[in-house]
Amino acid sequence: MIKHQYDVVIVGAGGAGLRAALEIPEGFSCAVLSKVFPTRSHTGAAQGGIGASLGNEEEDSWEWHMFDTVKGSDYLGDQDAIEIMAKDAVRAIIELEHMGMPFSRTPEGKIAQRRFGGHTRPENPDDPDSKRVAVKRSCYSADRTGHIMLHTLYENCIKQKVHFFSEYFVTDLVMSGKSCAGVVAMDIATSEIHVFHAKAVMLATGGYGRVFRITSNAHVGTGDGFSFVYNNGLPLQDMEFVQFHPTGLWKLGILISEAARGEGGILLNNKGERFMERYAPTVKDLAPRDMVSRAIITEIREGRGFKGSDGTSYVQLDVSHLPKEVLNDKLPEITGFARTYLGVEPTKEPIPIQPTAHYAMGGIPTTVDAEVTRDKKRTTVTGLYAAGEAACVSVHGSNRLGTNSLLDLIVFGRRGGKAIAKFIKDAEFAPLPEDAAERTIARIDTLMNSKGKEKVGALRTELQEKMMEKVGIFRNEKDLTEMTAEIKSLRERYKEVSIDDKGKVFNTDLMEALELGNLIETAEPIIHGALVRQESRGAHSREDFPNRDDKKWLKHTLIYKTDGKPKIDFKPVSITRFQPKERKY
Amino acid sequence: MKVTLRIQRYNPERDSEPYYQEFIVEAGDEKERILDLLLQVKWKYDGTLTFRRSCAHGVCGSDGMRINGKNRLACSTLLRDVNYKKPIVIEPLPSIPIVKDLIVDMSDFYKKYEAVKPYLINNSPPPEHERYQSNEDAEKLFESAKCILCGCCTTSCPSSWSDENYIGPAALLKAYRFVFDTRDEAADERLDVVDTPDGAWRCHTIFNCVEACPKEINITWHISKLKKRLAEREM
Repeated sequence: MIKHQYDVVIVGAGGAGLRAALEIPEGFSCAVLSKVFPTRSHTGAAQGGIGASLGNEEEDSWEWHMFDTVKGSDYLGDQDAIEIMAKDAVRAIIELEHMGMPFSRTPEGKIAQRRFGGHTRPENPDDPDSKRVAVKRSCYSADRTGHIMLHTLYENCIKQKVHFFSEYFVTDLVMSGKSCAGVVAMDIATSEIHVFHAKAVMLATGGYGRVFRITSNAHVGTGDGFSFVYNNGLPLQDMEFVQFHPTGLWKLGILISEAARGEGGILLNNKGERFMERYAPTVKDLAPRDMVSRAIITEIREGRGFKGSDGTSYVQLDVSHLPKEVLNDKLPEITGFARTYLGVEPTKEPIPIQPTAHYAMGGIPTTVDAEVTRDKKRTTVTGLYAAGEAACVSVHGSNRLGTNSLLDLIVFGRRGGKAIAKFIKDAEFAPLPEDAAERTIARIDTLMNSKGKEKVGALRTELQEKMMEKVGIFRNEKDLTEMTAEIKSLRERYKEVSIDDKGKVFNTDLMEALELGNLIETAEPIIHGALVRQESRGAHSREDFPNRDDKKWLKHTLIYKTDGKPKIDFKPVSITRFQPKERKY
Repeated sequence: MKVTLRIQRYNPERDSEPYYQEFIVEAGDEKERILDLLLQVKWKYDGTLTFRRSCAHGVCGSDGMRINGKNRLACSTLLRDVNYKKPIVIEPLPSIPIVKDLIVDMSDFYKKYEAVKPYLINNSPPPEHERYQSNEDAEKLFESAKCILCGCCTTSCPSSWSDENYIGPAALLKAYRFVFDTRDEAADERLDVVDTPDGAWRCHTIFNCVEACPKEINITWHISKLKKRLAEREM
């Protein structure tokens, strides 16, 4: 075992982790640990853009952005946090530009912006109550915005000489009493265990898409950060809210950005109808993701989907009517995906799509300064921070708007970095417990020596298929109850997992087994949260409780792991400017 | 249908040198990704098979490898892109050290990338708004900024094979990305780095990098622009 001491340890080198690292001042030591080389992080898969009310293309304001985010969240987002994000967005984009990020530009050379789902302005700017129409708010670099942003942040980290530990797989937090004192990690290249003693730890570990069978998420999206927190007796918040992006490539789940619809693409059913006109008469195909995903599944259930040769269903995304320049210059990547993976020529024919598990609205509860909280009174956990998709501030509530995730990363990654920079100036190192790595070592020993009959691949597929079937876009008590039993049994069976690779060098067999443990631990709070919440709000749709119920359920869920059934608690929502209203588009 | 993968294996803890092992896998149709077939081997037949992968759709750059003699991404190569009637030969990227099976040591590749100062340098105080740039100038950067650092180009280049100090096409492409950014003020610093026998001048326009690039970047064109800039600077 190797011990290290750093003032700050950041886990995860995607947008949030890198942005936070840039805030750690000279004179303090900071280590960024990532299980993949930083530019392989999943931030790089984001396509369509970053939301900010620059007003470069048409009139816009942060209040409108805030309102859209609140409404998009189905009023579950905390309005104090959303206000901070919407106000800070303009500065954050300008900062990225100054850092060197190449953006698509307007004819005047300003950052170009385009339309995106759920982002609107009043049709008459002088009358805030007038009908809302789509607004150009998404700042973009063709359809590779996440990739370009991730590289820009990494480049700035190189410039600032940030210390990276690439291909280090974090396995646990080190808790010292009620404070966080560091993390335990495995060097993937050697399987050596490292203990990082730190004053402050930030979890910027991304999402859990791989809990589901069809997902836009990378293989690395295994919910690691959620499981660290959950396993250490700290709560997770609003885990029932899972975003299914409406347009994943059929069968593969690969993301086809909302930018395709922002640029004029439309969704079609098997009758050739533009069906979104029926579900969201004003913004149509640019309705928020939860509504579009439900509409697609409804069309399929009512017999208006297309059936593939393998029996699975899809609808179509048509961009073939868009000018060639738009497809080539603004949507080159996604048209390429359609060609490569489905053999479809998007300039001539529609693209088969289906909803795909995309984003965790819930996560590790934090303050607006990324400090992790442990209860409904928002008591902070000394030394522990979280940002990005792993965190739940909550700015996305029950449904995130497109372009708000990249924004979340850079706004709250930075705020977290600043809060840490302030904290470490006076803080002492919490004592490092002798047995910090014990749990990790035991887990690894068990897996390395197990002769059990369960295999990682098969068990994971079972989890993913069941989650898709029972905890997907539409949910009900029967399925969810069954799933609580399933997850218990999967957890038991996980104890019987054995692996083939008994070596020390790059043991990805071991790593996948550890990740499967994290997936199972992350699935439990998703299922239990979904069972408890007896209403439909945002991305959480209960067939047995089809309406939103503000009286009972305008509150956040907090979920704690116990030896038996998880413990549930609730936390009030911050409502400042906008009282809940019916959500129609 | 059944497809045979002939995979180069090497476990430093056990093997003195690499060898080949064949696996027969089941493929649904021609649109199956090579990556999914490798995952099938790992998850069904042999958990010790080792390779990097993450996004599985060609944006993260993790799974560069040699497939039937060409450097490609396993996740962007489908069965129909190769002759699958015969065993498909899968090997690690050539000419750099093998760590285990299909995993190679990329540290020298990253070191060369860092050598070109891959970050915007502009010491003038920024305006309150964005620095303006024409869309034309921005789009000149997009091709090079598309690079995913997969290493397919550099490890396919005969000049890299014969000169381990050659900075390689990926680093030169990154140099282009900043030298031609109208917002950057340090073109000269970067040009100094690449104006050496092991820099841009080692490129003999063989075009292997262009053929290998999974993002279809015309890397040689970008390097030739760099050379032209170097020549102009000389004048």
